[in-house]
Amino acid sequence: MQLIQQLINGITIGSFYALVALGYTMVYGVLKMINFAHGDLFMWGAYLGLASLTFIVGIFTNGSPWMIIPVVIIVALTVALAGVLVERVAYRPLRTAGRLAPIISALGVAFILESLARNVFGASWKTYPTGVVPTGGIQITPEVRVSTMQLSVLVVSFILMAGLYLFIQRTRTGTAMRAVSQDPGVSRLMGIDVNQIISRVFLIGPGLGGIAGLIVALYYGSFDFTLGWTFGLKAFIAAILGGIGNIPGAMIGGMLLGVIETLASGYISPQWKDVIAYVILIIILVFRPTGILGERVAEKV
Amino acid sequence: MRIAKIQASFRRYPYAWQIGLIILAILLPLPLGDYYRTVAWRTGVYIMLGLSLNIIVGYAGLFQLGHAAFYALGAYTAAIMNLKLGIPLLLTFPFSILIAAVFGYLITRPILHLRGDYLAIVTIAFGEVVRLALVNNIFGITGGANGLSGIDRPNLFGLELRQPIYHYYLMLVFLIFTIFAIRRLENSRLGRAWMYVREDEAAAEAMGIDTTRVKLMAFILGSGWAGLCGALYAAKLTVISPDLSRFLESVVMFSIVVLGGTGSIPGVVVGTLGMVTLPEMFRPLKDWRDAWMGIAMVVMMIARPEGLWPSRRVRLEIRGDQEEANPIPAANS
Repeated sequence: MQLIQQLINGITIGSFYALVALGYTMVYGVLKMINFAHGDLFMWGAYLGLASLTFIVGIFTNGSPWMIIPVVIIVALTVALAGVLVERVAYRPLRTAGRLAPIISALGVAFILESLARNVFGASWKTYPTGVVPTGGIQITPEVRVSTMQLSVLVVSFILMAGLYLFIQRTRTGTAMRAVSQDPGVSRLMGIDVNQIISRVFLIGPGLGGIAGLIVALYYGSFDFTLGWTFGLKAFIAAILGGIGNIPGAMIGGMLLGVIETLASGYISPQWKDVIAYVILIIILVFRPTGILGERVAEKV
Repeated sequence: MRIAKIQASFRRYPYAWQIGLIILAILLPLPLGDYYRTVAWRTGVYIMLGLSLNIIVGYAGLFQLGHAAFYALGAYTAAIMNLKLGIPLLLTFPFSILIAAVFGYLITRPILHLRGDYLAIVTIAFGEVVRLALVNNIFGITGGANGLSGIDRPNLFGLELRQPIYHYYLMLVFLIFTIFAIRRLENSRLGRAWMYVREDEAAAEAMGIDTTRVKLMAFILGSGWAGLCGALYAAKLTVISPDLSRFLESVVMFSIVVLGGTGSIPGVVVGTLGMVTLPEMFRPLKDWRDAWMGIAMVVMMIARPEGLWPSRRVRLEIRGDQEEANPIPAANS
């Protein structure tokens, strides 16, 4: 029974990783670069969520749970625009500059975003106002319980991921994204505006990441500026676990990582759960560098 | 183009420059106060760290974003041997190098077939594993999150090295040795093999270079050298903590190499001045230092993706024919 409870918790956490991993994997798909700034964009989602929530709670004092919807929209739009801006300013000029320069530039952006968050909002732990998060839950058996928050997290992430999957598979833009990730040169010859597609990837990835930041902060209730780094690295592990560049892979990888981590924390030791996550990453990369669903070996030499 | 001029003169009069710089380095701390002597010491240690990472990233072209782990391993080896076994600190230095090099071998051996971004992410993970293991007080000897303190001062023939200036000169001895050793290494058979592997691994292999061995050598040497830097750190600070293996440290080292110009010794020096010394001078900016460092990293990469003082080969790779119209006098060719 305890196992089932752990699995439920693990899948909830896994869905956070999956949402953030999508951003990494999409960017890696089209640009073949690790967007080190993605974790910090995700963290900005948490801060912007807090700021806009405080603002909105100030206007509507009735405290309806629906006021989360405008917050989600504000956060998603702002972080998405920030993502596009980052790509335009820091990555686009470096597309032909080898493989080291974009890494440094991305790390630089991560420094800027983190330092900005720390200085604007302060280095202390931030707490979300209570009353926003739905309380209560469903007691399935005496030991197993799913809280309303967990349920809403799962529903929201499922909707977002299914929506993204359909978008990538069914729409014109989605098809173009897949084409660019396979071969940017040929895509250009086929009349695809590669720059625009990349911009759109940077709109969707960080947008989802921003929403994930908001949800994570709501779920845990408090966070600080190191959230981006710790969560970002694990989400990236999730992306590799599933096979980087592969969108369903990121979702599966995220879920898997969440479950493994929760089980490790529950049955081995919470102190070592991060170490276990990293060791799993290393083992996977040693034996199956393409991840669970990855077919092509991403070799950018 | 001013840098290009200095570079050209550097190439034309190598001995004059080398002797001049050594004399400058010896005289440098004399007019300075203790604070700036410590800054100078830090700069020297980071130059060495940058040079050690430059072997891996610059010469062999392998990504290593967890280099700080070996720095930490060196520092912890020195500290643990000194505190638990009572070995004089200076005698622990060879063990720091050895342990870091052995770990460099053990850790990179299974992941050597990985390339590019995959290697980057695995090395990040290793850095974090080392940090977390130190924080979790592995084997009960690392002192947990607080680290270890009360390490003995190094004692050189009865002279206790307490003042920053002594540590500066201790560092300088190692630094000068490092620079000369690495210059020799650069042009050795192994050094040329590294660059061959960096440029084209398949071709290198076809020409009979054992690429696995060559890459392993880069990791072993680079890691061991970082271990030495860790021991120097433990000797000066006498207090060490798992923060030595923070990702930020690895990023600073990586940025030193890339900002300065990969595969270039003067590049590492320039990169260190930019990433370590300059921020140290801007203490008043304190809270915003990281942001400025980030802005500098982005701007630098856009303006000079090949780095401030690149080796000629790397510049040609990135700039292509652009520079041909503006040739630099090639003195030693």
